[in-house]
Amino acid sequence: MQKAKNSKISVHIVKRSPQPWYIGLGVRAAAVILALIVAGIIITLLTDKNPLAIYASMLDGAFGMDIRVWSLLQDVAILLCISLAVTPAFKMRFWNCGAEGQVLIGGLATVTVMMFLGDKLPLPLLIVVMTVASILAGIIWAVIPAVFKAQWNTNETLFTLMMNYVAIQLISYFLKTFVKTGSGVLTPMEQYGLPVLFGHQYLLNIIIVAVLTVMVYIYLKSTKQGYEIAVVGESENTANYIGINVKKVVIRTLIVSGALCGIAGLLLVGGTNHTINTETAGGRGFTAIMVSWLAKFNPIFMVFTSFLIVFLQKGSQQVSTDFRLPQAISDIVTGIILFFIIGCEFFLNYKIVISKNGKENA
Amino acid sequence: MATAAIELKNITKTFGSVVANRDVCLSVERGEILSILGENGSGKTTLMNMLAGIYFPDHGQIFIGGKEVVIRSPKDAFDHKIGMIHQHFKLVDVFSATENIILGLKGKGKFKIKQAAKKVAEISHKYGFDIDPMKKIHEMSVSEKQTVEIIKVLYRGADILILDEPTAVLTPQETEKLFAILRRMRDDGKAIIIITHKLHEVLSLSDRVSVLRKGEYIGTVNTKETNESQLTEMMVGKKVTLNIARGEPKNCEDRLVVESISCHNREGIKLLDNVSFTAKSGEILGIAGIAGSGQRELLEAIAGLQHLDGGSIIYNNPKTHTQDNLRDKTPLQIRDLGVRLSFVPEDRLGMGLVGNMDIVDNMMLRSYRKGKSVFLQRKAPKDLAERIISELEVVTPNAETPVRQLSGGNVQKVLVGREIASAPTVLMAAYPVRGLDINSSYTIYNLLNQQKERGVAVIFVGEDLDVLLELCDRILVIGSGHITGVVDARCATKEEIGLLMTKSKEEK
Repeated sequence: MQKAKNSKISVHIVKRSPQPWYIGLGVRAAAVILALIVAGIIITLLTDKNPLAIYASMLDGAFGMDIRVWSLLQDVAILLCISLAVTPAFKMRFWNCGAEGQVLIGGLATVTVMMFLGDKLPLPLLIVVMTVASILAGIIWAVIPAVFKAQWNTNETLFTLMMNYVAIQLISYFLKTFVKTGSGVLTPMEQYGLPVLFGHQYLLNIIIVAVLTVMVYIYLKSTKQGYEIAVVGESENTANYIGINVKKVVIRTLIVSGALCGIAGLLLVGGTNHTINTETAGGRGFTAIMVSWLAKFNPIFMVFTSFLIVFLQKGSQQVSTDFRLPQAISDIVTGIILFFIIGCEFFLNYKIVISKNGKENA
Repeated sequence: MATAAIELKNITKTFGSVVANRDVCLSVERGEILSILGENGSGKTTLMNMLAGIYFPDHGQIFIGGKEVVIRSPKDAFDHKIGMIHQHFKLVDVFSATENIILGLKGKGKFKIKQAAKKVAEISHKYGFDIDPMKKIHEMSVSEKQTVEIIKVLYRGADILILDEPTAVLTPQETEKLFAILRRMRDDGKAIIIITHKLHEVLSLSDRVSVLRKGEYIGTVNTKETNESQLTEMMVGKKVTLNIARGEPKNCEDRLVVESISCHNREGIKLLDNVSFTAKSGEILGIAGIAGSGQRELLEAIAGLQHLDGGSIIYNNPKTHTQDNLRDKTPLQIRDLGVRLSFVPEDRLGMGLVGNMDIVDNMMLRSYRKGKSVFLQRKAPKDLAERIISELEVVTPNAETPVRQLSGGNVQKVLVGREIASAPTVLMAAYPVRGLDINSSYTIYNLLNQQKERGVAVIFVGEDLDVLLELCDRILVIGSGHITGVVDARCATKEEIGLLMTKSKEEK
């Protein structure tokens, strides 16, 4: 673990003893502030803009108007929902990188039901059918790699990633075949959407995800199935030793994971867009992986991490618009902030010791 | 002290809040064997790893031949002619002995493998090693592999040799052979440091003994002027009486009848070959053998974790007087049959326990399925955890501490405590005292003896033959997957068992 810079001074990386929680919180807060300062300096150097104005614009982009706040919360809800979906699989060390495809296929199922049954069924029944269809579709997309993993120990990362492309191609095919105008753009079918509560279009989504967050938290923490997920994730040997059927747990957990992705697809298509295209999931299936990891797989912490990431995205989009800067600038800011947040974990776990060995015989 | 081959002054090394070595001083002269004695976790290996360039000390100085040196990497260590033979061998399986020995050496032009083999043979001849330079590593026994490791450092010109627990994997006969070689090297003027926690080896081999306890340097004594009880006291910090109260077996019934079971691994190599034996209630059945002779597969077969090619494992249920065949049943099916089987596996944190979970959640591993509710009941496991902590004197901040953070002895108490708590009729323990300090070891022996008195059929896989002879009633000796003999522990000798351990190998 040690590196020698030259013969006089040597630098070592030494493991730190565990820190109390308030130090951890303080270091993370300091990391965010430091990140904002560094990002400000870089923006000023690159663009001659006042960094404070840029931060103001970020805040404005996220919270500036009622509609922006709702849109922020809606995006947090969807991202959080997908993060909740990948978390049980991740806790089991099953690297589900297929949330993108599972969400899309859930959305595709929803849109199919809306399109072909919309005028045949009463709305409440239609919504039930949409829900069941999206959940089933998500489950199928997640269970296929799970079965292969359980039976033949295939690599789940590659498998789930490839399933994403299949889902995207299916949507392209669907749009090409069934959009009558031939434009490949499906007109939103708002009349068949999920109900609008209290006049706020996104409220239902937000409430559903809030309930799911609590449920996933309890599922992982206090149920027997959640316990089995933790044991399988920590050590498959231990799971075998106490008689857990590992294959069963893998498949069952991916059913949960896929179902939650299906719900995210339902909320995106049925509750928000009322249509679908290949960009509907918008990379959230991958962003969710980061949300889940940053929160150390704790659903409650995920509320904060998903909020942070959506805030950064929304804020930087506003910065690009306000200052006529390319989108890349906002990506730079987001990148810097995430770099600092993830980087500070290193300093919480390790310290760097520089020692002098003046009497070295070199 | 300018003549010392190697001298350490005030060496300190910490890992986070754990102090592995504090102000350790010691020295070795040429033509001398120094033993470093200490319990597991006392910092012996860490200290030697600093000489071998694997760790770097936080403070302190190292002198070689009177000159201060800085060892930053294994290469630096070689340059100072220090060679370490690690506990776990670092050899390439598909290479021959010679290829492994010259691996990593720099040189111009073509490999001169024949010349190297000749030099290897010369070294072997000089010190009395018995090795075929062209033999592949995967065809070698453990003791041959160790020989290759030793020749490797000699080939590179090491004259300070460090051996980390070299006898842990050897039979008594092989140990004697190794010691003879080490004595020859000493007479040749090499400085030898040997890490061990076996007292009789220290007394028979070394010239001086340095004792470490919990990372601190306790002192150095001349072997001629000391004895076992003084060394134990230095090692443990207080006087300890070491004996195991072995009772006579009572109410013996055949509890587990294993009939000609066999199994093989993925490569088709037989790990168990036609193994038959009977474990009786109220008796401790020891299993002795060189590490990796099939002990693990045997226990896992009984526990339902190993697929068998043939044979049967019959369990006589003392309550229902029925007989059940456990062969190829899953652990869950075995439990559903009402078989109360407890198993303390060799790999504690990788199999018996989950390192990142706290003690309470680890208690639940066996019992969490109880009841119909989908929710976990943490009350009973919490009570059990508290009881085990107080009864077995587990040192832990509280029951919510992840077991990974406990010391080896405490981890083992948690595991054994949980396995005994389910009131088993068969208790299997694989190397239950490996890595434990003397006091914890004796706690475990006592627990096993209590279970025996309760009428449990105890199966104990051990490595220390002295302990096996003191603790067990009968000892089953296993060699390369065969049962090579069953002896009465009350009248057998170590040499007898040692011969049985290697028997099947010689027959081949």
